[in-house]
Amino acid sequence: MHPLFRNRKWFAAYLGLWVALAAALAALLHLPGALAWNEALALAGPLCLFFAFVCLTPWYMCRQLPLASAGVAEMVSYHLGAAVLATALWVGLARIVASAMTMGVRLDPEIPQLITVGILLYLLSVALHYMALAAEESRQAALDAREAELRALKAQINPHFLFNCLNSITALTTSDPGRAREMCIRLADFLRSTLGLGERSSVAWHEELDLAQAYLDVEQVRFGSRLQVEVLVDEACADCLVPPLVLQPLIENAVKHGIATMVDGGTIQVHSRVLDGWLEVSVENGFDPDSPSSRRNGLGLRNVRTRLERRFGPSARLAAGARENRYRAEFTVPCRRSE
Amino acid sequence: MNSRENLRAVIVDDEELARQLLHEYLWEAGGVDVVAECGDGFAAVKAIGELKPDLIFLDVQMPKLDGFEVLELIEPFSPAAPAPSVIFVTAYDQYAMRAFEANAVDYLLKPFRLDRFKKALDRVRERIRLAGTQPPAGPSPTDLAAAARPPGQPVERIVVRDGSKVHIIPVAKLDYVEAQDDYAALHSEQKSYLKQQTIASLETQLDPQRFVRIHRSYIVNLERIARIEPYSKDSRVTVLRDGTQLPVSRSGYARLKALLGENV
Repeated sequence: MHPLFRNRKWFAAYLGLWVALAAALAALLHLPGALAWNEALALAGPLCLFFAFVCLTPWYMCRQLPLASAGVAEMVSYHLGAAVLATALWVGLARIVASAMTMGVRLDPEIPQLITVGILLYLLSVALHYMALAAEESRQAALDAREAELRALKAQINPHFLFNCLNSITALTTSDPGRAREMCIRLADFLRSTLGLGERSSVAWHEELDLAQAYLDVEQVRFGSRLQVEVLVDEACADCLVPPLVLQPLIENAVKHGIATMVDGGTIQVHSRVLDGWLEVSVENGFDPDSPSSRRNGLGLRNVRTRLERRFGPSARLAAGARENRYRAEFTVPCRRSE
Repeated sequence: MNSRENLRAVIVDDEELARQLLHEYLWEAGGVDVVAECGDGFAAVKAIGELKPDLIFLDVQMPKLDGFEVLELIEPFSPAAPAPSVIFVTAYDQYAMRAFEANAVDYLLKPFRLDRFKKALDRVRERIRLAGTQPPAGPSPTDLAAAARPPGQPVERIVVRDGSKVHIIPVAKLDYVEAQDDYAALHSEQKSYLKQQTIASLETQLDPQRFVRIHRSYIVNLERIARIEPYSKDSRVTVLRDGTQLPVSRSGYARLKALLGENV
């Protein structure tokens, strides 16, 4: 349902606007002189009431043809087609009303104006709908950003992560103070890099990689030789823009459900490159299918998918799955370099 | 200090630094010898079975088996070899309730101070002193560990120990369970595994939508049932896909009907 119907005040304001438009249309019909004021008003009233509802229909079409992903030719042809159809109905209605009120042929000279007004009003409505959708999208993006920061905060206070880190530091303070200090600094680096992320809607891919690396540096102290990391990154993707914190959850999963399940540990492979304007990212790790915590609830993954789809539309693709004792998560999104 | 009076402890944690910290605290506290350190659940079950320690420091999340599964698999205790005291050591607080239900002596949240650690050791010594005067009674550690499962959250796998070997049976591969005195025989893929756990305790662990107690002595996996046939005037048998026939009691039949509908 159109969002206008959900808010009584907004709907009333919208109808009020159409009363004004009806008056303007009546003036337009009256001024050439063929129609009297009362005739012009009697004609403009039902016409505008009808068009008030017709001009709400672009909402459905605008959602199907988002500005970001639909082609120009596709958009022009669909909306223009709809505008012509709507205007045909509106002119048809005008003629029916006119003949019913015995204005008959006196309306005919006004028909070109009616067509122009109909098409313009419809296209104006399309434009306004796109604006409203864009505003809604940026509101949603702000919400997403807040959610991202919350998630980042949660990652910091995740008992799995933070308490175990502090326990490692506790162990190191007497046995190896130098490493204890190093761990504190790495932890601080990671925490600092997650701060303020929520205020930004996009980060460059290299920043996302740095954050993941800071996280892995901390986990490296905990897991020691059990955790091996192999990062293979194509320089060309360094400045692709992505929503913040889309890589770190995948890395966290690889540690928690992969490395931590294996007695002798394993390697996390992080690959990314740009191919034909698309950023391709994969995170692969070994895991022990027989371990109790190798099971995943998929929450982190779902979250990343939702945020990628919101940003890039349905063209964003994220896939994850296990083959024997390797788990692989990968996503592909358009590489955009400016907002 | 006389080493004969020292407690013998096994440390179970997959993180080396965490084990190292326990070592250091034990050295500070004194009176405890570490007889083994294990980095995963399998190694822990093996070490505990062989060394019969007085005390286990147990992490929850580990490779192979989690801490609760390790407890389930510890060999039954005799008066000559009483149950070891267990101290859970974990970063999570949400397991505390389960840990105490599984009869843990204490629950240490990482990171912890030395004096907190010493208190835990004091509790262990107190329990061992009391155990000397009053013999332990009550359910087996397996049943205790099973009871510590969070309610409404059925197990996804069952762990069984066979000598020094540990079998993991995913419940999807479990065909049926047969009671044999204090043991339960778990039938899976044409093999049978004996576990020291009562069928009643096992029944509470399994998903009631997938496993039905069809008889005092039998629990069956609903997906394995081929058909149900009348046996005598007042009784029925369940025929499984592989041809196995299991008796169905009257109340068992009522439970089956409730799950499968009237037309069974």
